[in-house]
Amino acid sequence: MPKITYIEHNGTEHEVDVPEGWSVMEGAVKNMIPGIDADCGGACACATCHVYVDDAWREKTGTAEGMETSMLDFAEDVEENSRLSCQITVTPELDGLIVRMPRSQH
Amino acid sequence: MSETIVIIGAGQAGGQAAETLRREGFAGDIVLVGEEPHIPYQRPPLSKKFMAGEMPLERVYFKPPEFFETEQVELKLNIPATRIDRERKIVTLCGGEELAYGKLLIATGARVRTLDIPGADLSGVHYLRTIADVEGIQENFAEGAKLVVVGGGYIGLEVAAVAVKRGIDVTVLEVEPRVLQRVTTPEMSAFFEQVHTEEGVKIRCGTGVTAFEGGGKLEAVVTSTGERLPADFAVIGIGIVPNVDLAEEAGLAIDNGIVVDEQGQTSDPYIYAAGDCTNFPCVPVGRRIRLESVQNALDQAKAAAAAMAGTPKPYTQVPWFWSDQYNLKLQMAGLNQGYDEAVLRGDPGARRFSTFYLKKGAVIAVDAVNSPPDYMVGRELIAARAEVPPETLGDLEVSMKEIRQKYT
Ligand SMILES: Cc1cc2nc3c(=O)[nH]c(=O)nc-3n(C[C@H](O)[C@H](O)[C@H](O)COP(=O)(O)OP(=O)(O)OC[C@H]3O[C@@H](n4cnc5c(N)ncnc54)[C@H](O)[C@@H]3O)c2cc1C
Ligand code: FES
Repeated sequence: MPKITYIEHNGTEHEVDVPEGWSVMEGAVKNMIPGIDADCGGACACATCHVYVDDAWREKTGTAEGMETSMLDFAEDVEENSRLSCQITVTPELDGLIVRMPRSQH
Repeated sequence: MSETIVIIGAGQAGGQAAETLRREGFAGDIVLVGEEPHIPYQRPPLSKKFMAGEMPLERVYFKPPEFFETEQVELKLNIPATRIDRERKIVTLCGGEELAYGKLLIATGARVRTLDIPGADLSGVHYLRTIADVEGIQENFAEGAKLVVVGGGYIGLEVAAVAVKRGIDVTVLEVEPRVLQRVTTPEMSAFFEQVHTEEGVKIRCGTGVTAFEGGGKLEAVVTSTGERLPADFAVIGIGIVPNVDLAEEAGLAIDNGIVVDEQGQTSDPYIYAAGDCTNFPCVPVGRRIRLESVQNALDQAKAAAAAMAGTPKPYTQVPWFWSDQYNLKLQMAGLNQGYDEAVLRGDPGARRFSTFYLKKGAVIAVDAVNSPPDYMVGRELIAARAEVPPETLGDLEVSMKEIRQKYT
């Protein structure tokens, strides 16, 4: 299973195995990793699953498109490497992925 | 010795409360009692991706099974609680087992409103609230099968969208003159009726159901307009009734839901409630309401759990909701009841537009179709009770960013 490292805003790191086909959001939420709320459960309807993708991984995760882009446009503290983690699907190529959490999801 | 917290109802609110209790540092025992055989799961996919077969069951679960072990949440599933004894602080389960509580959370949700007409118990007539209901409905999914959906609310329309994509012949019956009448404007209703019609769904408004007919299995649906529509199966989505019986029998205050305050506390200081079963003071809306949404279940459960853990964080969020049909994402915020002006922004023909609802000049709600900026900024405008001139809201030349800057 691909391993993903989630880094909380305070620097705490969590490395977990996330099944292929799940979203990066689910990997955090289902492992009790704080910092991602994901209120809508991945429907791209809440923008509370915002993460920063580590620069080395941006090409592999791809960039935000369509609905996701316009949701992100209005989230807090958005940077160039911002994504909604429910819209990134875990694949074998993402083994080793590192994402960081924003200060707050609201 | 730390006390035990018992949660009745292992749904979205119950599951969230267990998580928040641990996050807030509650170290005592947590017992989660659920009538269904499942660990807490998300209901929205039931009429969307899970029903369509695009999301496996394990992803519908709110948390994986291991979560309850790691976080030491004791599960008592497949068994309903039958009584709350407030004097002895005991919850009785079906079969007689007694659970003592220090504090209790009631998160019993709601049950479907049923149709009491001839033939409603025929096989092939379904309601939709649980995983078991979806499994029953899916057994009828075959190309060319005839489905009658009773009720043109969000759930009925979502089922219609999923079914028609599977090659099923779908008719939606709505007793009111238009679909979504209770929740949105005539223009928005017309838009959804048109999209569904284009996708091949037959929508009949002003049409109720008087009987289901068939010899053991459903064969036809009889309408209030005197028609007999052949049907292989029917799905009824005509609303829900909050599960307040346990609370009511225990003598707690009830008023269209279990009456709670901003912390989720009921009229008994040792008992809290959260989710579809509550009636609460909605801070941004300025009155008591009962809501049926994930946002409410999660935010209220977080507030109640925080208060129970001794770290209160009152529930003050603006209500929001969403619905997915075809390639449409409908996002709603606020409550539009009592609006005196509705402003259209964008072009329904392009399937990208929204309706802003104003009351005495202030934005109180927004319904956005494929328009996340309108929804995201709308939430802020509602929270700020912003007074935005209707002509500004309706003017695509003024971006939502500019509106946000100027009015929040
Ligand atoms: C098909 C469908 C689609 C939906 N789509 C959306 C959507 O897109 N967006 C949105 O925001 N909301 C949606 N909702 C609404 C949302 O799912 C509910 O508002 C939410 O689940 C409420 O959470 P709850 O915990 O209050 O109740 P529930 O999730 O209903 O949980 C209550 C649980 O308590 C159990 N229970 C009841 N009585 C007892 C008892 N005596 N003892 C033990 N257990 C008991 C019940 O069996 C149930 O499992 C949808 C609902 C349905 C049914
Ligand atoms: S979980 Fe809601 S937008 Fe990602």
